[in-house]
Amino acid sequence: MISFENVGLRYGEGEEVLRDLSFDIGPDTFQFLTGPSGAGKTSLLRILFLAMRPTRGVAKVFDHDVSQIAKPDLPMLRRRIGIVFSDFRLLDHLTTYENVALPLRVRGRDERTYKQDVLDLLDWVSLGHRTDSYPPILSGGEKQRAAIARALIEKPDLLLADEPTGNVDPPLARRLLRLFIELQRSGTSVVIATHDLALMDQYDARRLVLSGGRMQIYD
Amino acid sequence: MHAGLSCPEGVCRSMTETTPTGRTSNSARTTAPSSTFRKQFSRQLTETAAGIGLGDLVDKAMGGGRPAIVPRESLAGTTLWSVIGIMTFLACLTLGSVLMVSDTARTWQSDISREVTIQIVPLENVDMEEALGRAVEIAEAASGIVGTRTLNWDATTRLLEPWLGDNLQPGDLPVPRLITVEIDPDSRPDFASLQQELERNVPGAMLDDHRTWVDRLTAMANTTVWAGFAILGLVLAATCLTVIFATRGALAGNRQIVEVLHFVGAEDSFIAQQFQRHFFALALRGVALGGIAALILFYMLSIWVSASIATPQGDQTAAFFGQFVLPGHGYFWLAVTSFSIAVLTAITARYAVHSYLNQVHEVGADTA
Repeated sequence: MISFENVGLRYGEGEEVLRDLSFDIGPDTFQFLTGPSGAGKTSLLRILFLAMRPTRGVAKVFDHDVSQIAKPDLPMLRRRIGIVFSDFRLLDHLTTYENVALPLRVRGRDERTYKQDVLDLLDWVSLGHRTDSYPPILSGGEKQRAAIARALIEKPDLLLADEPTGNVDPPLARRLLRLFIELQRSGTSVVIATHDLALMDQYDARRLVLSGGRMQIYD
Repeated sequence: MHAGLSCPEGVCRSMTETTPTGRTSNSARTTAPSSTFRKQFSRQLTETAAGIGLGDLVDKAMGGGRPAIVPRESLAGTTLWSVIGIMTFLACLTLGSVLMVSDTARTWQSDISREVTIQIVPLENVDMEEALGRAVEIAEAASGIVGTRTLNWDATTRLLEPWLGDNLQPGDLPVPRLITVEIDPDSRPDFASLQQELERNVPGAMLDDHRTWVDRLTAMANTTVWAGFAILGLVLAATCLTVIFATRGALAGNRQIVEVLHFVGAEDSFIAQQFQRHFFALALRGVALGGIAALILFYMLSIWVSASIATPQGDQTAAFFGQFVLPGHGYFWLAVTSFSIAVLTAITARYAVHSYLNQVHEVGADTA
């Protein structure tokens, strides 16, 4: 599903922030991506999400070379990827329902075909009572769950989550982790970028550890 | 539940532990196997939602219409539709003026194709009335002549009244006399031979086909028409540039929305459509204002012309410049122009969005 070979990335003329990354992410797998701040986690996620090209090496996402992907192919590939940003990136002028339904709306789906699915999913992430609330009045944890619901609504092949538990209390963090684990069991590959060691200790999963732009893998 | 997304067992339990409503359907989520859970969950949730009226509540909350993905408030709408309204007004004024001038030029050209004038200058020892009669005979004998009309002394003095007063008597001044000759536009006479015939038989007679004068006026009118079209083009270009700037401003102001749309898999055409829809709605408001204002102005002008047409000033103006009233089809073209500006605005906005998105085509620039 994901294959990196000697991938390097630099911004402009600066030093490489990612160096010689070589790893694979298979289907239905779960991995933590961790490392100290500035280690390159977010940059790596950006490559995985097709928001950035590596400056060297070969990075393949769904068997497509990221450096060679044509623009018309980007939307279809991105639709196979769900992403949860650390800052949520919910649209403040849309309700929670509309935010979660956004991926379906941009696909041109008739609302009648997905309305119940969205409501079910919101209920599933305990936001059933917040369907018509706007993000500015949601708590950090509610925003996080709304962002997760938006990433999951189309059952992506790959879920990328950047610090998904950074804004929630430990009990909710554990519940979100369980959600991701169950999602992986239902057929989605999950990459959780975090430096929350306590969270990682709760689940024995593969760890991709970035440090100084290089990666150590602990299976 | 969603076709591809079942609520995984265990997760539902963990998530619903925090649900404040504590619905009875939660127990089903935690115990059913994943394969059958989806159906049970969906059915029970539907029943539960219907039981507590949640479905209706959500329906009401959602309302009938879909909220705009790009908020209208972010588009500096009032400024834009005001500018579009002003541009539409100017475009309509220009087009209306062009149509009026063009119509007048056509009238001039039509007049020259219907009439010429024989002018007889008074000479010593020449009987003017006899010369007039001979000139009429020669003219009516020529082919392509429909009829003649000799301006008698009273008509001639009325023509000269603004300059010479109303006491002009025959013999006071050597006033030339005129014969209006109506010609058949489909079978025009040979003016050169008619001129020769008149010079040979009527001393002091000259044939004036008005061509030089009307040619100059027509050339001036045509120049005015082309200048009008050039101005119209500039107005439309200015409108397009304004829309491009406004669109770029809107894109910059809604950059996060564009980013989010990109990472949820939106195609450029979808994003462009969101902006295009807004700009078309704004443009419709602007062109309605500008177009209607222009139509009212031209209508008021026609009323004023109608009111002044019976006055000497109106007659003189009409003689030189025509009626200066927007022709009937002009109102249609003003409406078409106004609507075209709205369409042009939408197309320009779409183009501007695509242009912007092409600039961020490079992977790494659009969602980074």
